[in-house]
Amino acid sequence: MKRTIPLAIVLTMGITMMVQFFVPHPVSVGYYDLTTRWIRIVGAFALVLGTGSFIMFHSDKVRRRRQGWYYSIISLVALVVTTVIGLGWGIRPGSILQNVIYANFLVPLNASMFAILAFYMASAAYRAFRARTKEAALLLIAAFIVMLGMVPIGASIWGKLPELAEWVLSVPNMAAKRAIIFGVALGGIATSLKVILGIERGWLGGGKQ
Amino acid sequence: MHVSTDILTWVAVVLTVGIFSFLWKDNPFYKFCEHLFVGISLGYFISLTWYNAVYPDLFRPLFVQPLSEVSLGNKLLFIIPLLLGLCYFCRFIPRVSWLVRFPMAFVLGWGAGVTIPAVLQTSIIRQMQGTFLTPGIFARWDVFLWAIISFVGVVCSVLYFFFSREHKGALKVASETGIVFLMVGFGASFGYTVMARMSLLIGRFQFLLRDWLGLIQ
Repeated sequence: MKRTIPLAIVLTMGITMMVQFFVPHPVSVGYYDLTTRWIRIVGAFALVLGTGSFIMFHSDKVRRRRQGWYYSIISLVALVVTTVIGLGWGIRPGSILQNVIYANFLVPLNASMFAILAFYMASAAYRAFRARTKEAALLLIAAFIVMLGMVPIGASIWGKLPELAEWVLSVPNMAAKRAIIFGVALGGIATSLKVILGIERGWLGGGKQ
Repeated sequence: MHVSTDILTWVAVVLTVGIFSFLWKDNPFYKFCEHLFVGISLGYFISLTWYNAVYPDLFRPLFVQPLSEVSLGNKLLFIIPLLLGLCYFCRFIPRVSWLVRFPMAFVLGWGAGVTIPAVLQTSIIRQMQGTFLTPGIFARWDVFLWAIISFVGVVCSVLYFFFSREHKGALKVASETGIVFLMVGFGASFGYTVMARMSLLIGRFQFLLRDWLGLIQ
């Protein structure tokens, strides 16, 4: 029962969701809408679990005075303050959460965090982009065309460079991407089928039960 | 130069500089900003989830709306996801920890069932339609040429990943052509990603020089 019922749920949900996709009847659409709402609710409980784990990890770090414990206090205080503001005053445009927390804390932190990656990518490219082979040279040339084609200096070097960058992105790049998409899609379908049919059971966890 | 007097702009500046300070080395200022980012992100996500999912889809129909607005049958329908969600917490009770498999089974089954037809349609059928040579490509020479190149590129790139036969003869030629397309694709994707990060960097500098220091318009 401990393994059979979950496997039966997976099989039933998998098959009914596949079938409903091909049946444009109001009952089928209603079933999809209802289960989508359920998924959002179940997902929210998983968020509670994750938040609980986050709080336990950081509070344990503070309690045991582990290295960098004072940073954990910052994370916990930030979590509590943001949650209280969000739940108390709402999330509508113009609310404290959006106007203060999102615009002045979250956006600069998020954008800066990803912006510093530009430096690390440039540094990695400097070390990795050596045209030792024909293939590496192709990679290097394509990257340079796309990068230069997207900035004004590219157009001033050669007027057709932005057009060439656009072509590289929409023809050879698209061809390679499509081949990869085919592979990923077939892999995704195969994995989904294995889950639905109960061949893939890793999610049930170890043990005999 | 016209330095901003807005306290919130100064907060954003401090946080931006704090994150950028990592370029020098890992330091307490960066760690402060990093931990603040984690806490705020989670709090923000919790608020969004409550107002976009839990309140309208569970709390309101189950506890707020009276029976005159929502029938008892519909109310009972929301008890199922509530129970499934509560099963997640059984993980902490060893005797009934196996109940955590129920919500996982529901989510996995739903996800797998939705994924198969959606992926089949968008990532296989639509992509194949985009690759096929259609009568429309003969309207202009350049469209025709690019369509041929694209078609050859897709076929050769797919053949590169075909490992059921040794790559020799015609298959070798095709797979080597596939590598050319894949390398150009990887290079273009890398360039595109770098430029996306660059655009974020430019955005932060624009903020510092325009919104904070008032040096540029």
